Amino acid sequence: MIKLESNIPAGELAEKWTNYKGSMNLVAPNNKRRIEVIVVGTGLAGASAAATLGELGYNVKVFTFHDSPRRAHSIAAQGGINAAKNYQNDGDSIWRLFYDTIKGGDYRSREANVHRLAEASKDIIDQCVAQGVPFAREYGGLLANRSFGGVQVSRTFYARGQTGQQLLIGAYQALARQANVGKCKIYNRHEMLDLVKVDGKARGIIARNLLTGEIERHAAHCVVLATGGYGNVFYLSTNAMGSNVSASWRAVRKGALMANPCFTQIHPTCIPVSGEYQSKLTLMSESLRNDGRVWVPKKKEDAVAIRERRMKGNDIAEEDRDYYLERRYPAFGNLVPRDVASRAAKVACDEGNGVSPTGLAVFLDFASAIERYGKAEAYSQGNTSPSEAQVTALGEAVVKSKYGNLFQMYEKITGEDPYKNPMKIYPAVHYTMGGLWVDYNLETNVPGLFALGEANFSDHGANRLGASALMQGLADGYFVIPYTIGQFLSGEIRTPKISADTPEFMEAEKAVQDRLAKIKNINGNQSVESFHRRLGKIMWEYCGMSRNAEGLKKGQQMIRELRAEFYKDVFVPGELDEYNPELEKALRVADFLELGETMMVDALNRNESCGGHFREEYTTEDGEAKRMDEEYTYVAAWEWNDQGEIILHKEDLKFDNVELKTRSYK
Amino acid sequence: MWIIKFLTSSIGRKLIMSLTGLFLCLFLVVHLIGNLQLLIPDGGETFNRYAYMMTHSPLIKIIAYGNYFFILLHAVQGILISLSNKSAKSQKYAVSTNANSSWASKNMMLLGLLVLAFILIHMGDFWFRMKAEGGFLGEGWVAMLTYEGIGEPVANLYDRVVITFSQLWIVIVYLIGLVALAIHLNHGFASAFQSLGLNHKKYTPLIKGLGKAYSILIPLGFAIIPLYVFFTNL
Amino acid sequence: MKLQLKIWRQKSADSTGRFETYTVEADEHMSFLEMLDVLNETLIHEKKEPVVFEHDCREGICGSCSMVINGRPHGPMQGTTACQLHMRSFKNGDTITIEPFRAKSFPVLKDLSVDRSAFDRIIESGGYISVNTGQAPDGNSLPIEKDLAGKAFEAAACIGCGACVAACPNGSAMLFTSAKVSHLGLLPQGAVEHSARVQNMVNQMDKEGFGMCSNTEACEAECPKEISVENIARLNRSYMASIMGSEK
Repeated sequence: MIKLESNIPAGELAEKWTNYKGSMNLVAPNNKRRIEVIVVGTGLAGASAAATLGELGYNVKVFTFHDSPRRAHSIAAQGGINAAKNYQNDGDSIWRLFYDTIKGGDYRSREANVHRLAEASKDIIDQCVAQGVPFAREYGGLLANRSFGGVQVSRTFYARGQTGQQLLIGAYQALARQANVGKCKIYNRHEMLDLVKVDGKARGIIARNLLTGEIERHAAHCVVLATGGYGNVFYLSTNAMGSNVSASWRAVRKGALMANPCFTQIHPTCIPVSGEYQSKLTLMSESLRNDGRVWVPKKKEDAVAIRERRMKGNDIAEEDRDYYLERRYPAFGNLVPRDVASRAAKVACDEGNGVSPTGLAVFLDFASAIERYGKAEAYSQGNTSPSEAQVTALGEAVVKSKYGNLFQMYEKITGEDPYKNPMKIYPAVHYTMGGLWVDYNLETNVPGLFALGEANFSDHGANRLGASALMQGLADGYFVIPYTIGQFLSGEIRTPKISADTPEFMEAEKAVQDRLAKIKNINGNQSVESFHRRLGKIMWEYCGMSRNAEGLKKGQQMIRELRAEFYKDVFVPGELDEYNPELEKALRVADFLELGETMMVDALNRNESCGGHFREEYTTEDGEAKRMDEEYTYVAAWEWNDQGEIILHKEDLKFDNVELKTRSYK
Repeated sequence: MWIIKFLTSSIGRKLIMSLTGLFLCLFLVVHLIGNLQLLIPDGGETFNRYAYMMTHSPLIKIIAYGNYFFILLHAVQGILISLSNKSAKSQKYAVSTNANSSWASKNMMLLGLLVLAFILIHMGDFWFRMKAEGGFLGEGWVAMLTYEGIGEPVANLYDRVVITFSQLWIVIVYLIGLVALAIHLNHGFASAFQSLGLNHKKYTPLIKGLGKAYSILIPLGFAIIPLYVFFTNL
Repeated sequence: MKLQLKIWRQKSADSTGRFETYTVEADEHMSFLEMLDVLNETLIHEKKEPVVFEHDCREGICGSCSMVINGRPHGPMQGTTACQLHMRSFKNGDTITIEPFRAKSFPVLKDLSVDRSAFDRIIESGGYISVNTGQAPDGNSLPIEKDLAGKAFEAAACIGCGACVAACPNGSAMLFTSAKVSHLGLLPQGAVEHSARVQNMVNQMDKEGFGMCSNTEACEAECPKEISVENIARLNRSYMASIMGSEK
């Protein structure tokens, strides 16, 4: 078994990072100028890391499969970014953010990493403001906050419903600035197809120029992967169509470990599936749960009538509605964490109370918020006895100012007016907490290979809190990797420029070309898309919102069969040496077919329910998740060896500062 | 040099269009006020006196040459910009649409060329003949009068205007030219302010409204003259 | 619903393209891109090359879509990207013409995919605030008027899709450039470099071969984020002020 050394510094939790920063090895400026770093991915983590490393003086080569770094999927994050600023004077602190994150993650993340994340959160906001990110502000000109699920303070900074976009543009601009001075060289429309190791260390990548199909060798002193999550293994998810696991998975095939891959987050508020042709799912920001109330009809016959379009949500009398989150979790109500809200929606629909034609949707209703805001607004305008129509009009205006773009998005997709009728929502795959195993330095078990952001596993445990993904991506990129990369690179200052013409690179290039030719030459009859769709159905059915041992074994078998079929019957049109999106997709789906099996194995191994991982066999009497701390307080890191065997390695999680409790939002 | 860099930059070139355009807008007002004197029923005396003054003032002369220069600059620059813009668009769309912008805004060169042609015709009709009087076209195009207070003979331009505008085809040509001018101004007036960087939530609607009114009233004012003359001399 | 599609097919950047006609069976709940997915699946089954079109997030924010639908970038709906367009906007029997964005500075790469890297180069020329990581003062040390922050946000909402260039009969990138100049220049943090930024970005924009703005305002009409031409005016006056007012 590989010994997984987390390299957490000694000392008090709150001082670990400060002391570590003060004592770690540095690379002098004259040496930085000689060192090259490859960064793959230009989302929040990748762009911020590349820009910061460039500012520090390293020579950075940045790779993205997109046509521009700005298109990375961080751009789609809507709600906001958490920071322990306590600007609202509501009792927030680094400790509280740390604690909420550990608790929200159901005690499956590393204390030290999470504490560092909470510390960095404050600097992120400052940095982003300085870059010109137009965060929402109060009338006094100071930064505004809102609250998100799973917490009782208001610590989320936001830019309308486009926070991810604004933060990414900030990081992209910082990267552009370094590109302008030549410290970062951007390789757009290049996809990493393999990792190259020399003497056991990560020294470069093999990339395909997506326009010409040319296979290129790129060498550097170390490689940083910031390639996002793997939610698209489910085919339908809120991820972008291009989001994929390939860079991470290629690293796994070169010896890196995949940690906790079964920890996937199902987001409770997405627009439900409308048909077979569906290509992706659209998220409605969690911030909507601040004001929207989630319900289903109490009576099955009402639900059936709605499904058959004989009745509308508004036709159901107040006493016939089941506001199930408020009923089951009075303390947090509609703002319970995502995993809890998603499962509750599934339970409601499984009981036969779903409200869309497929039976898989619940209502998210703004009527009472519109009324409440409308009355307050009328009152503030001096109208103490407003008519119902006035209240509605004023209330709708307030709701519009808060969530206008989300409501508009909903209307565009569904053709229904969410101001007049309650929205229909259903959970969908959104984020993957699992990822490449990394130590405190964000270095994988392959020396010189780092993983940042959603691509690593480190900070969110078994469930991520809302508005924490942006925080983690930027913390890793701006404030962690620029320090911790020095721990590795300080040992490389005598290493001359790495050549991309060594046998290791040549072999890797050849292997990639063989792999491409192999897939192209199958020349079967089924499209890549059809395999992906089938994989997604298997994953959702057996490794989705709830899982059981029998289903997981079955799912694993089905994926193996599907994989075998893929290598017999897939058809990739076009040529290898041209712009060929189908080929790109084929390579990604091939990797998903291996990852999917690993997820099943991981989920089967973890005989407990925690966070996003819900095993039907492990529940409390009232149907809540039941953790098995005695046996499973560890990180499951999986190796995929050359024989295709999936081997478990464990890193025990130690909790010295928080007590493991049953999460309760009741 | 910075000034050359500025005036050859995309924004600088538009600035030239804007400033010359606005100058010409101002000129149109002055020109119209002068010409409306043709409608005063005094046998043309007011108008002829005004024309005499305009042709004999050194200051006006300088302004007039400035005016010709601006017309040329506006036209030449406009043509060059349009050609360069055409080449920045690699290929036209198979489906064309006016859903996203006004027809006028997309056809300013065409409209401008029509207006230019009209100006040349107009100047040929009056300005050139006046200049050429006594020259290679010989004498006698215009009759001479004497007015009290002016110590030399005054050309009876009023008479020439009446003769010219009594011909239907000329009136039609003028009307076409003025319609082109109206459409050109319809986009050009407000556009000039935008190019100058003058766009404001409060004032821009006013400028746009003014532009629409201007683009209708000024050409209408000019059109009244040939129509009035034509119909009163039937 | 049954639709006729006239789609621009072009093998590569240096080959000549032409329209090809396809029929496709669509559902009114489908998104426009899902309708193209259906077409592509059919083509793949017939062992033909699918239509290449750029897409990624499919929720209107990444800016990848680059197609002109019936003469309009991103199609007929106001404030909508092609991926947000749904087939309920069309009728059974319609013929839909789909072309790539057209501009000299956006050369076609394949079918409906174009090269928009000129936009990246404009940003690289100055579309940022020069602040290194770690240099920032506290986020609340600089109060910014709410409305001003809102205005900056509206300009910053640009997704870099290039519909403005595609819609402009001159292939001008003024809306894109001015949105960035406004986003950064309106904020006090960005005002410091405003003058130099404006000159650098306009120079780069001109160098890329984009056309000149003739205020058709087609860009604003087609912008999926409804960015205002007010920003263009701001760029115009900022550029003049920068050239005439600064020492550079």
